Amino acid sequence: MLQTAASPYATPLYDDLIPGGSHWSFIMRRGHVLRLIDETGGANVGMLMYNPENPLERYNMPDTLKNQHTFLLTKGHVLLSDMGRVFASIIHDDLGWHDTVAGTCNADLVEQRWGKKTYQEAHNHYHRNGFNSFLNELAKYGLGKKDLTANLNWFSKVKTDDDGNMTFAEGHSHAGATVDLRFEMDTIVVLHTCPHPMNPASEYPSHPLRYQLFKAAPVTDADPCKISSPEATRAFANTALYHLMQ
Amino acid sequence: MIKQSTLKPENAAFRETVPAGEYFLKVVKTGETVRILDLEGNQAADTLFYNAHNPTERYSAVDTIREQGNVYLTAGSKLMSSENNVMLEITADTCGRHDTLGGACAAESNTTRYALEKKCMHACRDSWLVAVTEHEELGMTKRDITHNINFFMNVPVTADGGLTFADGISDAGKYVELEAKMDVLVMISNCPQLNNPCNGWNPTPIEVLVWS
Ligand SMILES: [Zn+2]
Repeated sequence: MLQTAASPYATPLYDDLIPGGSHWSFIMRRGHVLRLIDETGGANVGMLMYNPENPLERYNMPDTLKNQHTFLLTKGHVLLSDMGRVFASIIHDDLGWHDTVAGTCNADLVEQRWGKKTYQEAHNHYHRNGFNSFLNELAKYGLGKKDLTANLNWFSKVKTDDDGNMTFAEGHSHAGATVDLRFEMDTIVVLHTCPHPMNPASEYPSHPLRYQLFKAAPVTDADPCKISSPEATRAFANTALYHLMQ
Repeated sequence: MIKQSTLKPENAAFRETVPAGEYFLKVVKTGETVRILDLEGNQAADTLFYNAHNPTERYSAVDTIREQGNVYLTAGSKLMSSENNVMLEITADTCGRHDTLGGACAAESNTTRYALEKKCMHACRDSWLVAVTEHEELGMTKRDITHNINFFMNVPVTADGGLTFADGISDAGKYVELEAKMDVLVMISNCPQLNNPCNGWNPTPIEVLVWS
């Protein structure tokens, strides 16, 4: 079974490196694993998810958090759509905490914190931002600003204290840190490698993402994500109903 | 932060009571103040805001909490749009804390949170969908239904990353007041949720007041 990053027969179907400060998207088919690897340490990977059959179904941060009584994402959690279904299950995680509440950086934020670098002056090292990166990829599916929603920030950690004050955890992710997402539905996956909006680094943080695709082992009734909570079990039931006539 | 208002209800330019399970839709102009009043206590007012001239620009929960560096909303909170503009500022609050992480109830999320057979129970997203379909002139659809504010709701986040739905901290007569910094369309679903102990399983009316 492919369940851990160290799995001996985990030969990827595909392996790719996205440079820092970039964006990309593709469709994940159900029954496959997307492995995200922080190649150098310090990565942030913004992600959005949509149902390719009906993009009005999209990743829902509040439903994901409140169904699992959590503020963070890690192994055992499922990523829920706004239609009560499971886009993907987190079947492996080296870090224990990923953020989905702090949103993404925009042009103003990037310019204020790290200065503006245009393509004309910096070529591929120009300063892209998460907001425009998402829009750029969304447009490829006929989607736009109205489809933007709270995104995931893989490899980033944002904590709160008892009064709700938010802090970005510096140095949270290390080189080689890996997250495996098993897709339970076909999903448009939109990614960017722009900085986390709360990253206090003085230089524009630019860290690549390695991602790999695998065929997933079948999901059993004893699957740890499926039985992680009654809410997750019911979301899997909704997803099974969605696939009933396929 | 508890902060009383100096505005008097008898001077309001507009007052409307919104029963539980109904929606409220109104444009509030720049400089006007809107008050949402919890008439009977522990009600949830699930609220969305849009730029009245371009609903593509809308309230953004994640940008709001990040820019103020705190996950709870109260007096002094500036509500940010998806385009990085201040939409409204909370100018008074007798409740002390409001949630913007918990989102709204929907028929589909009722199935996962409570039971698969709860899918036909009324929910906030259904109220908003009725609102946008009854007001075609707005040009809005499900695409415009985004992450909202739950006024009067308390959803504490713990330092180790837990998230809980605590008992309501609101009470009869508590209110929140917001000053509009742009012309905003206010869309409220007065939550019909019958499965959540936060409202004592008893959804109740709210009142909306506007001062020019
Ligand atoms: Zn509701």
